[in-house]
Amino acid sequence: MPVTTIAGEEIHVDEEGFLTEYDEWSKDLGTQLAANIGIDPMTDDHWAVIDFLRSDYQEQGETATLRRVSAVGGFDTKSLFQLFPKKPARKMSYVAGLPKPAGCI
Amino acid sequence: MTTDVKDTETAPIVPDFGDDSEDRKIAFVCSKGTLDMAYPALIMASGALEQGVETHIFFTFWGMDMINKETMGDLKFTPVGNTTATRQAHMPMIFTAFPGVASLATHQMKKSLDELQIPDVPTFLSHLSDMGCHLWACKMSVDMFELSEDDMTDDLNGILNVSDFIEIIDGAQTMFI
Repeated sequence: MPVTTIAGEEIHVDEEGFLTEYDEWSKDLGTQLAANIGIDPMTDDHWAVIDFLRSDYQEQGETATLRRVSAVGGFDTKSLFQLFPKKPARKMSYVAGLPKPAGCI
Repeated sequence: MTTDVKDTETAPIVPDFGDDSEDRKIAFVCSKGTLDMAYPALIMASGALEQGVETHIFFTFWGMDMINKETMGDLKFTPVGNTTATRQAHMPMIFTAFPGVASLATHQMKKSLDELQIPDVPTFLSHLSDMGCHLWACKMSVDMFELSEDDMTDDLNGILNVSDFIEIIDGAQTMFI
């Protein structure tokens, strides 16, 4: 498993760079992950989505799809595209330190 | 493997989200009005939009049922002529045309979709629209079925003739369903 250094911490990631260890994530790390992909600064609206993704992952054992973030999390789909432009599902997962969503919708 | 502990001193591994790549475009032509033939385009369009791809759906002929307010929430599935469905249901083909069989098959399919948390067609179209999908109605079909904009989903972007649609999807990967 590749190891990379982000914000001074050694972090386990997959081949693409998504975190593989749920507990290695912290809010500071999330801020740095977001900056890595051009999302800077992280606002309260960004964090609200990240918090939902992380707690939903703990309950469900898999990363919420965009549809689930909107239908269950109650976040407006249009705003998700504004907060995490172009590829919201994958970018949100990356910042939240979770694997890419496995579901199709 | 090129990446191992040695690389911890170098630049961090960051996913490539392809933001700088050339803009892609994809188009679907929906020409069918049955429940089973509505979903392929909807699901693929959703995947394309999640990947940041500009996506267009053109509804034509029986596909108009997918955007007609009267029918879009009540599409049917029939096992008539469908060898996979009859094999799965252990049913001789001749029974598939009997009264009630299409309703039963539709009910079963909706239940399966629901279990996978896949939304119904009207909700799905709204979701796609929120993701930035362009939904177009075919002018000729609108005329043929004597529809007006009021008869069709509010998520529709407009009515296009074929020339305009062909112009809009210039350079798009296109699928006819």
